[in-house]
Amino acid sequence: MPDTNVLDVKNLSVSYSTPRGDLKALRNVSMAIGQKKIVGIVGESGCGKSTLISAIIRLMANNATVHSGEILFHNSNLLDFKEREMRALRGIDISMVFQDPMQTHNPVLTIGQQMIDIQYRDKLSKSKKRQRAAEMLSLVGIPDAQARLNQYPYEFSGGMRQRIAIAMALMAKPDLLIADEPTTALDATLEVQIIKRLEELQEEIGCSILFISHHLGVIAELCDEVVVMYAGEVVEQGSVRDVFHSPAHPYTAALLKCDPGHIKEKTRNLPTIPGEIPDLVDVPAGCIFQDRCSRKVPQCQVKRPLFEAVNEQHSVACHLNNKNADDSDHKEARG
Amino acid sequence: MLSYILRRTGLALVITVLAVSLLFVIIHMIPGDPVSTMLGPKASPELRAALEERMGLNEPLLIQIGLFFANMLRGDLGIDVFSNRQVTDIVLGQVPYTLTLILTSIGWSAIIGIALGCYSAANRNSFGDRLTGVLSVSMIAVPAFVVSLYSLLFFAVTLKWFPAIGAGEPGDFGDQLWHLVLPSLAIGLSWVGYIARLVRASMLEIMGEGHVRTARAFGLPERWITYRYALRLAILPTVTVIGVGMGFLLSAAVFTEIVFSRPGLGKLVIDSITTRNYPVVMGSVLFSTLIFVASTTLADIINALLDPRLRSAR
Ligand SMILES: Nc1ncnc2c1ncn2[C@@H]1O[C@H](COP(=O)(O)OP(=O)(O)OP(=O)(O)O)[C@@H](O)[C@H]1O
Ligand SMILES: [Mg+2]
Repeated sequence: MPDTNVLDVKNLSVSYSTPRGDLKALRNVSMAIGQKKIVGIVGESGCGKSTLISAIIRLMANNATVHSGEILFHNSNLLDFKEREMRALRGIDISMVFQDPMQTHNPVLTIGQQMIDIQYRDKLSKSKKRQRAAEMLSLVGIPDAQARLNQYPYEFSGGMRQRIAIAMALMAKPDLLIADEPTTALDATLEVQIIKRLEELQEEIGCSILFISHHLGVIAELCDEVVVMYAGEVVEQGSVRDVFHSPAHPYTAALLKCDPGHIKEKTRNLPTIPGEIPDLVDVPAGCIFQDRCSRKVPQCQVKRPLFEAVNEQHSVACHLNNKNADDSDHKEARG
Repeated sequence: MLSYILRRTGLALVITVLAVSLLFVIIHMIPGDPVSTMLGPKASPELRAALEERMGLNEPLLIQIGLFFANMLRGDLGIDVFSNRQVTDIVLGQVPYTLTLILTSIGWSAIIGIALGCYSAANRNSFGDRLTGVLSVSMIAVPAFVVSLYSLLFFAVTLKWFPAIGAGEPGDFGDQLWHLVLPSLAIGLSWVGYIARLVRASMLEIMGEGHVRTARAFGLPERWITYRYALRLAILPTVTVIGVGMGFLLSAAVFTEIVFSRPGLGKLVIDSITTRNYPVVMGSVLFSTLIFVASTTLADIINALLDPRLRSAR
């Protein structure tokens, strides 16, 4: 099985050095993306989603350190790659759509120039490259693409810039597309359109997608699998069906309850999970979610739950998953 | 773009009018009276009255300013009371020397400063970066006239590598260039440090922005990212500072021209102030103002060429 995965992240730990001490943004994170699969990552703000993807493409903040783990892309560990090898991969094999569309493009170069520049490895004529850029823009639903290539980023709305970012990322037909909240700047109808387009393009290109979103509805619509992160750890993962229909982690259950898509009555205040993410500089012992968990048992304070299978495609890190709580010592020793 | 240039030039004209009026008033408030300077204290009242009449000194201030502008538009800045030559001719004769000096100084210092700034930003916290930092701060700290004096003593008097005084033989380009080396070193040196620091800071800021990360995520070569994607943005504040810095350059040029006995606006201003030659003072200060306004305007226009967002602003 593992050799069919495009991406395999194993026990990745990343921290940021801050004046207060090391902020352990990712702790023992493991996840995988199969060929032509779309995997979603959900989790509250600050749970480490962007940190994970910046580690994958190895464009991390200056104060970030990878402490341990492997990031296998087609079975080679990206963490061992030289910068030059990494650069050869970026934009061709792995491409990115970053979170903030207003910051994504160079403000003083036209969109056309930037889209031509990223094709610098191709030995095509400039007009061919331009043609290709225009086609790509039309594909993501930007009308009058030829003329728009001559415009600067500030002449586009946030939603359009996000679509341009998607167009740029897909232009080289990558094996893996990583998209960090690519639909947050879009309104609901546009979001649906873009998701549809993304599905079609994925089908056509045959790439895998790692898709990050706050929006559970979008994940449910688009993804095959979902990874639920909380405060720098993966707490549950599995097929979208399993995780969304029978969440095994209280955090996932709480997230689903808070999702606006689930709420029938009109309300001004969306429900939120009470409490806050624990301090990642001084990570408490035991289960990372214990402070906010409505179903906590005494064990949660002392022991970190291990990842265990609920079924073949679904696993969770929660003490409640153990049918027999006393049995867990035994299981941990085994794991 | 054209509309931006027109708007910006319009603004420059308004600024010029205000600045020149202000200058006119200030020069009028300088104690001492041009008529007695020219005619000596024992001149007869009739003679004094005649000269005052000729110079328009009897009119109210506003009328004098109006007349001044009217004449200025015709290229007439009055007559030098001592030599009886047109002030415009006198000043225009000196402007090229000062402009050449200033442009050479800012030219070499900008090229080296920008290169050092880029190097420092690209190799942040390396030994080279720290060394550049220390050197830059020392360069900024030394005033131009100190560099003038010491470089004159060392390179011209002791080593005799460069000529000590003058601007070189007219028409002999090589000789003129030779005479430019020390003065432009003196004026430009602190700018090297200043520009290096400025470019380093803005490069570091820009290199941390999202679009640079995007460019990297597409595997663009680092050199390309630095010079095509980042420098173009990072240079904007430097262009503005150089534009405004023309004022400082002009005053640095005054000292330097005196130390090296070079002809130029600076020397002209000092000479005409010491002799209370008001029309010439007014004329040379006027040209300095024009140079200053033109350079800030040009800086803004260059920035607008580099950054499309500035063009469209309002
Ligand atoms: N450069 C940095 N230095 C210090 N701490 C950082 C840095 N970048 C991120 N962090 C911290 O690391 C944690 C994870 O951040 P990250 O940006 O990965 O979260 P995220 O899941 O992407 O959140 P969001 O949904 O808001 O984008 C947060 O606590 C954040 O404050
Ligand atoms: Mg994020």
